[in-house]
Amino acid sequence: RVEGSEEDGEAPVPVTALTTLFSYGLLFAFGHFRDFFRRILDAGKSSNLKGYAPICLGYEDFYTRRLYLRIQDCFGRPIASAPDAWFDVVERHSNDGNKTLQRTTKTSKCLNLGSYNYLGFAAADEYCTPRVIESLKKYSASTCSARVDGGNTKLHTELEELVARFVGKPAAILFGMGYVTNSAIIPILIGKGGLIVSDSLNHISIVNGARGSGATVRVFQHNNPAHLEDVLREQIAGGQPRTHRPWKKIIVIVEGIYSMEGELCNLPEIMAVCKKYKAYTYLDEAHSIGAVGKTGRGVCELLGVDPADVDIMMGTFTKSFGSCGGYIAASKEIIHHLKHACPAHIYATSMSPPAVQQVISAIKVVLGEDGSNRGISGRI
Amino acid sequence: MDMALPIVNATTAALARVSAAFNAPLARAVVFGVHIDGHLVVEGLLIAVIVFQLSRKSYKPPKKPLSEKEVDELCDEWEPEPLCPPVKERSHIDPAILESAAGPHTTIEGKEVVNFASANYLGLIGNEKLIDSCVGSLEKYGVGSCGPRGFYGTIDVHLDCEAKIANFLGTPDSILYSYGISTIFSVIPAFCKKGDIIVADEGVHWAVQNGLYLSRSTVVYFKHNDMASLASTLEKLTRGNKRTEKIRRYIVVESIYQNSGQIAPLDEIVKLKEKYLFRVILEESHSFGVLGKSGRGLAEHYGVPIDKIDIITAGMGNALATDGGFCTGSARVVDHQRLSSAGYVFSASLPPYLASAAVSAVNYLEENPSVLANLRSNVALLHTG
Repeated sequence: RVEGSEEDGEAPVPVTALTTLFSYGLLFAFGHFRDFFRRILDAGKSSNLKGYAPICLGYEDFYTRRLYLRIQDCFGRPIASAPDAWFDVVERHSNDGNKTLQRTTKTSKCLNLGSYNYLGFAAADEYCTPRVIESLKKYSASTCSARVDGGNTKLHTELEELVARFVGKPAAILFGMGYVTNSAIIPILIGKGGLIVSDSLNHISIVNGARGSGATVRVFQHNNPAHLEDVLREQIAGGQPRTHRPWKKIIVIVEGIYSMEGELCNLPEIMAVCKKYKAYTYLDEAHSIGAVGKTGRGVCELLGVDPADVDIMMGTFTKSFGSCGGYIAASKEIIHHLKHACPAHIYATSMSPPAVQQVISAIKVVLGEDGSNRGISGRI
Repeated sequence: MDMALPIVNATTAALARVSAAFNAPLARAVVFGVHIDGHLVVEGLLIAVIVFQLSRKSYKPPKKPLSEKEVDELCDEWEPEPLCPPVKERSHIDPAILESAAGPHTTIEGKEVVNFASANYLGLIGNEKLIDSCVGSLEKYGVGSCGPRGFYGTIDVHLDCEAKIANFLGTPDSILYSYGISTIFSVIPAFCKKGDIIVADEGVHWAVQNGLYLSRSTVVYFKHNDMASLASTLEKLTRGNKRTEKIRRYIVVESIYQNSGQIAPLDEIVKLKEKYLFRVILEESHSFGVLGKSGRGLAEHYGVPIDKIDIITAGMGNALATDGGFCTGSARVVDHQRLSSAGYVFSASLPPYLASAAVSAVNYLEENPSVLANLRSNVALLHTG
């Protein structure tokens, strides 16, 4: 750690800030200028959706139309191979100034520093892929029904037990998509009359889940246990807004590794604060499960926190395990309640069986149960 | 009487002197061409007094914030509810554990049973062509796509799948989502914001209700599948409201309702929509690949041109025997979602083998329309028997 580098990195140099703002202001002004002339030129034309309000009113899509379209070719680049260490990026060209992009058949081989392939399970793997293909032939690509109807196969029950054992909790429940896991679970755990205290840089799935639950949401400064304590004290003393009744329950939501900043969570101090004020903790380990910790068990192992202290641990299989879906691991009573009350479990199609098999095989490799020592010998 | 007269005289003289003094200097003062009279001075003094009183701080009883010790006591006393309610033994769901594919016949605990629980409408589970294309995809691309659509998670099979579905339905473009139910609850908040009006059917399923709640618009429900109720609701909402150009309005219906199994009368809905200038969001999870002469959905079933419906969404976990969902409509509708739809932008993309399964499923449906005849005869059998 270089002295003073952290402070220098936080705030930009004034010259840089000024020039950036100037360029942005220039693009902004130019965009408005063009909009003005477009409105004059189009005043005579009539569109066939007369009388309907447009999909985007006013300046709602100003950024998309005038700024994003110029650099659209940097985003959404298609690839023509597995997202492995080296992959083929498909080249695109545009005839109308980046408004639309057409694919070509040319590809260029690039070093992949962009995908979430933390452990290397994204491409065909010697242990996982034969088993995945076998399960595909046996169970087919999808079960076409919800878990409670006819979508619960032996693989699903096996994976739930394996995940619970891997993470260190008594039981677990699976979902087909990580985003849905957060936005469908949080409303079940807490409702009106409860308080959610979430980190200011939490992922949008958590924000959506918190909003959908109907509970009051308060934000604490990123990774700052002192501020969290202040917020908790103020809220518990004040009670619910307007009526000042005591809160029904308080859940504090943090993430293991924050996806935008790449920082670790300050878990031991936050856990201490939550225990002191009797708040429940919800840890979202989407990026950290499988990737950190001596045996890949996540942030708890890395920072020396007992998994039994965290009330609910959530994670996804998309990143480290090269599959899709999410899980929640908690005590047996909570999982039992979730299995009976969560709409995403009762109405949504269950996880695809080959994807389940991929996670089972990947966890077995990481734990060393596949017969080789790829997991223990530090593949990470 | 004698004493009164000098007193009266004195008072009158004093008053005359005061008024003369009062008026004298000002009688000659002309400010900006306005003659200043005495009463103006009194009014000016009154205004000065009023301004002085208003500018003084009003008296508020002093606020005493809680002391640290009081906050500590409150925190110690507070007891939270348990995180989940106690387990009730009666409400125990024990789902069956399948030991083979969820096709028409499946194995549970070693016994072969007939499967009425899966939404496998076209019998594509276990189809050879589907499985072959999946195996090819798995060997080439692996299982997961390891990235969101914006950052190297777009694989060419996704683009092929989107083009295939748009081609099949006859729309300009379509967009793929990675999970069936996340389609509708990402699409609705992408288009409907606070202040918009949504008219929805009472019997829509949970994912649609969740989307309606997340959109924070004004939602008005009409009676389940009742066109008269829909017409009267639309009439009530638009009567007297002249600001059609500013407020976006949507009707949200499902083609085959998941909760009740009824089919929505699309031709009447389109007539109402054109009369009252609403946009239609149609949820076609259970009718894509099922209704219509060639399986193209509710629009083909009623003979309505597909471009009259603004937004069509569907989950592919039913007839197409794969997972994920798609949304289709005009080019503007689809392009808007690529940056504004939360479930598309902030989530990893669909696993490539499921996208290639969807392409094979649609190909199979195009080549073998006889599966629909099979399906219809099965449905008729269940209705009569």
